[in-house]
Amino acid sequence: MADMSHAMKSPRYAGRRRRNAIAKSLAWIATAFGLGWLVLILGILLIEGIGGLSLSVFTENTPPPGSAGGLLNAITGSLIITILAVLIGTPIGILAGTYLAEYGRHSKLSSVVRFINDILLSAPSIVVGLFIYEIMVAPMGHFSGWAGAVALAVIVIPVVVRTTEDMLTLVPDTLREAAASIGLPRALMIMRIAYRAALAGIVTGVLLAVARISGETAPLLFTALNNQFFSVDMNAPMPSLPVVIFQFALSPYAEWQKLAWSGALLITVAVLALSIIARSLTASRKSS
Amino acid sequence: MDSGEQNVTDMTLRSSSVSAAEAASRSAVLRRLRLTDLVFHGLTRGAALAVLALLSGVIIALILGAAPALGTFGFSFLFDESWNPVTEKFGAVAPIYGTLVTSAIAMLIAVPVGLMIAFFLTELCPKPLRRPIGIAIELLAGIPSIIYGIWGLFIFAPFLQKHIQPFLIDAFEPIPVLNALFAGPPYGIGMGTAGLILAIMVLPFVTSISRDVFDAVPPVLKEAAYGVGCTTWEVFRYVVLPFTRVGVIGGFMLGLGRALGETMAVTFVIGNAHHVSASLFAPGTTISASIANEFTEAVGDLYTSSLVALGLILFVITFIVLAIARYMLLRLQQQGR
Repeated sequence: MADMSHAMKSPRYAGRRRRNAIAKSLAWIATAFGLGWLVLILGILLIEGIGGLSLSVFTENTPPPGSAGGLLNAITGSLIITILAVLIGTPIGILAGTYLAEYGRHSKLSSVVRFINDILLSAPSIVVGLFIYEIMVAPMGHFSGWAGAVALAVIVIPVVVRTTEDMLTLVPDTLREAAASIGLPRALMIMRIAYRAALAGIVTGVLLAVARISGETAPLLFTALNNQFFSVDMNAPMPSLPVVIFQFALSPYAEWQKLAWSGALLITVAVLALSIIARSLTASRKSS
Repeated sequence: MDSGEQNVTDMTLRSSSVSAAEAASRSAVLRRLRLTDLVFHGLTRGAALAVLALLSGVIIALILGAAPALGTFGFSFLFDESWNPVTEKFGAVAPIYGTLVTSAIAMLIAVPVGLMIAFFLTELCPKPLRRPIGIAIELLAGIPSIIYGIWGLFIFAPFLQKHIQPFLIDAFEPIPVLNALFAGPPYGIGMGTAGLILAIMVLPFVTSISRDVFDAVPPVLKEAAYGVGCTTWEVFRYVVLPFTRVGVIGGFMLGLGRALGETMAVTFVIGNAHHVSASLFAPGTTISASIANEFTEAVGDLYTSSLVALGLILFVITFIVLAIARYMLLRLQQQGR
């Protein structure tokens, strides 16, 4: 690349231009390829899912093989498990993120926790399922909605820790110094000032965590298990949308497969809506 | 920022009103404030420690759960291909092989494509399109893996079975090595299909991390290269890539970590057969797919424990991969400073 003394029409220059053109077109093709999958997946999901989408999907429970029904129990179960998981995971996540960004920003403990948290963030979710099975399901002797909620909470925690820390570090230190100069204790400074300044970011983190867990299947398979009836008993096996999709899609019954597609569409719409809302929250904050 | 400053004045007023209320109670208020601080500090520290406890808990629980199987089979667990619930003889070779092969296929496709998309987004893409395309790619990452699974099972696998696999089998039949790789009846499902689905799943991770890393290259470097007459591709190949090498590799490792541990997308299309087969069209299994398919149906302690042992192996592999990824990304950050 360095030899610039060659004349513009030399074969070497033509070769460089050709390589550049090839690389550029490859980049265009690669992008079209990546976006093509998104269109394909969403398009087919829409076509297959909308066909089976009717009111009964929301008002009836999962049917026995060979008859029509809905996903009411699965949707309810998913909502309960997800909400509980967020209620358990978010406080721990926010507090830990606060420690990393405020009290222990430069401490040894923090760098270890940061590292471990990043690993938990991408750890295989099926391993989380095994973990909760070993510590909750096996000792209690039965599958339960609680076990499912705790399993998902384990996935929520690292997401919230990460975003909370990132957002708190973005809060300018002058705000902290101003608070300290009027004698405000650190705890109050964090709760009244840092949290408020970082609120949109922290909410984004929680929303992203919800988006992440609402499609999670692997950790629920052997914690909440499944239940073909309507159940709000947290101590009993509880149905959830992803697990029902998994079971129905792999079944040989056409009605079940159809419901699986409808469920898949519901989850995808929910997840995409959540992540778009989350993104717009931080985007509007950046531009203001 | 404005609201923050307002908060500060707010606080001044409030605290002065507190202290003005009664001078004698001032020290009591201060003590209370100090206590609040102490409690809050303790709480946040406790939560940070809980994250550590979580990871140690996972490791300990998996080791305890895997102990019966590892005690029975010892190291031969790692080298035994048999997986027989009836005779209670278990070995991890087939799932480990499947996990590695499917992840390798995924990375072979996702890495070059992801790099080129990142190249496109940072150097070629018209400015107004940059953000929408970036978001679209990230949405691809947000789609739950079970969607990829159901899609792979009903749409992708039948398509491959009908149109692609018979063609490949015929085309490579006379060529040695390749005919072993593309052998057997076209089932549609199998290791190759699982690898392709994984590639689509990993692609957005590789892309978005590479893009972030490329964006961090100081513009001066690029401008200097353009200034001496480099083409766009040359700037990317000889300036951007070398500068960000560590971070890009970190991004690959992160994607690899995802691919290794991915469960649902693979479980649908892998075929769940505990065989080691050279053909990419043969059904196989991965560690996570075996656990997902068999755990609730596993009868007997040894069977369950063997599956937990598989989980432990998976966790150890992904832990190492992710640790390397984080270490490399961290090194890039420090280099950037």
